[in-house]
Amino acid sequence: MSTHQHAAPAPVGGSLLNAVTVVCGVLILIMATILLVRFIFGLASVTNVNDGYSWGIWVVMDVMVGSALACGGFSVALLVYIFNKGEYHPLVRPALLASLFGYTLAGFGIFVDLGRWWNFWHIFWPGYANPNSVMFEVAVCVTAYILVMWIEFSPVFLEKLGLRDVRKKLNKWLFFFIALGVLLPMMHQSSLGTMLVVMGSQVNPLWQTPAVPLIYLLTAIIIGYGVVLFESCVAAASYRRSIEVHLLGPLARIMLGVLAVYLLVRVVDLTLRGAWSNAFAFSGVALSFWVENLAFVAPFLLIGTAVARRNPARLFLAGIAIMIGGILLRLNGFLIGYGHHTGTGWSYFPSVGEIMVTVGFFAIEVLGYIIITRRFPVLPRETAPAAS
Amino acid sequence: MSTRRHFLKGALAGGAAISGATLAPEACARATHTRPAEGLGLLYDATLCIGCKACVAACKQANNNPPEFSTEDKLWDTPLDTSGYTFNIIKMYRNGTMQTKDAEVDGFAFMKTSCMHCADPSCVSACPVSAMVKDPVTGIVAYHPEICVGCRYCVVACPFGIPKYQYDSPTGKIGKCELCRHRYADGHYSACAEVCPTGATLYGKTAELLLEAKRRIALEPGSVTRYPRGKIGGPDQSYEGKVGKYLHHVYGEFEYGGTQVLKLSAVNFEKVGMPDLPPKSSASTSETIQHSLYGGLVLPVVVLGALSFIAKKTVPDDDDAAPDDSQEKKS
Repeated sequence: MSTHQHAAPAPVGGSLLNAVTVVCGVLILIMATILLVRFIFGLASVTNVNDGYSWGIWVVMDVMVGSALACGGFSVALLVYIFNKGEYHPLVRPALLASLFGYTLAGFGIFVDLGRWWNFWHIFWPGYANPNSVMFEVAVCVTAYILVMWIEFSPVFLEKLGLRDVRKKLNKWLFFFIALGVLLPMMHQSSLGTMLVVMGSQVNPLWQTPAVPLIYLLTAIIIGYGVVLFESCVAAASYRRSIEVHLLGPLARIMLGVLAVYLLVRVVDLTLRGAWSNAFAFSGVALSFWVENLAFVAPFLLIGTAVARRNPARLFLAGIAIMIGGILLRLNGFLIGYGHHTGTGWSYFPSVGEIMVTVGFFAIEVLGYIIITRRFPVLPRETAPAAS
Repeated sequence: MSTRRHFLKGALAGGAAISGATLAPEACARATHTRPAEGLGLLYDATLCIGCKACVAACKQANNNPPEFSTEDKLWDTPLDTSGYTFNIIKMYRNGTMQTKDAEVDGFAFMKTSCMHCADPSCVSACPVSAMVKDPVTGIVAYHPEICVGCRYCVVACPFGIPKYQYDSPTGKIGKCELCRHRYADGHYSACAEVCPTGATLYGKTAELLLEAKRRIALEPGSVTRYPRGKIGGPDQSYEGKVGKYLHHVYGEFEYGGTQVLKLSAVNFEKVGMPDLPPKSSASTSETIQHSLYGGLVLPVVVLGALSFIAKKTVPDDDDAAPDDSQEKKS
């Protein structure tokens, strides 16, 4: 790696008891109560999922969207270790931490949605596992990635615990886990898109395409950078730290490059398949398509120039635009642009219980992020360490 | 900025590799499966159906399913659609004055809704744990609750909306027609066909049912022919009846590579709830993509090798080390 001097990570410190952590705690308790009801009385007792929309927000928001929003670690690792851009190294740990939580909770999210959860281990069991199933590939890759991420992140805990020998041994193999940590998200983020393919024409042609793995992979990378922009700004604001504009500006420029590639792929794919007419239908689905893609175009207007990329507010807004686009791409494919061939009249809107569980997952992420950044060396040290 | 160009080049190359694998998958193309030669199925002839729903009741009984109510008094089983507890239902098409049976305008018609036992089922391809499997000989798409994880990918994937889940139970199962495979041992066959008084639902080998369906379409509407009842090749229960105004389309002959349950109708199939499906199954498209990318794990291992090679160079030995480390080393 090219030599770059930057502040090493250090715990932020401070109290763990504040308004945000208390609110998170309450939200988590509410979620736990709802989940208790769900496990005792079944999915219908708290969710609105039905046979026309069997996958609600616990799958689409918690897993499809949640894991995409957790791609910061993957996107930054790709940049730092594969494209050898060492100057972004201070972004690795915070991004990886958010990814770690996002993915672990995505795994937890799919578990609470499983109707016959006590059999979940069958997915990994030879004889039961079905390699033809896209979901099998996703489940195995996501599980492996969660383990790899904990290993990638473990130096943070080992540092804190002072286990230097273990750290040294791990460091020898860290490159391999980092490589795996780049490969696995490429595999399952693309496959999350491929999961739509078997649904055939039940998915609107705007989102049903053989190019869907590429579309989901590219957006996962872009969302990864968008989330880093967003999180860096939020972390800076809430911890009253300075915003790393010198890193985020160039990062945003790279994001725009990948975004341009993505939009090109999207336009070419829609044109080749002759799917544009669906975008001009007078329907909520078509509207949702335009909102999704306007959100993906917005960053060019927000941070298209070098001057604009030095403006933290614009970087923050561009990050949000990318997240909206990415969330809508997934919601559109799996829920808004999905419709059962048979039995019209199916409808789905998440129940309060479903929403509170998704909110509760989010609260675990925020609470975990706060606890770990305050107590463990994740964020770059704010001022240069005093020389000893 | 050369490094940025380098990055974009890499991103493009990676993208090209994936799109290449996706868009030009000849090497790993998985063709649409066809029906097994001895596959079993049903022939449903909507022109013979009188809507008595004896098949709905018999199906409930054969599968030991509880009644479902849609009326205030809850006197008898009145499901409005298939569900986790109803595997077969007769639906009705209505138009205008509803005067003529099997007329699209001002008429009415019936249609059976139950598993089509696809040659290349989406549910089987989707299932991550082989809880939904297609028998290689009979072609029956069977469900194994003791294996199922309850992810409901089958529910989302099926173009006919057939696998359904029992949401009201903490241990809910998927419910769907399995062609009464549990009744074969003692000489029975599909209960819906056994009880059908008009032969509208006929049981047998799909190859023979297809011949029978084609025989019917070729007949002159209004002429008289013999209609078998119960089971093709079983004891003769046939009767003479008038030939309906069939559409020249055996539904299920080619749809998604063919289905083992076939349907005849006088009213447009889409209007009676049967989707217009291409001859290529979505399962084959999905598996072609998967196997192109992951077949033999070749591509992932190559990419992992390349990534490891690069990461070995870029990850320094003291990566992630806090400066406290280096300082302590010095002191």
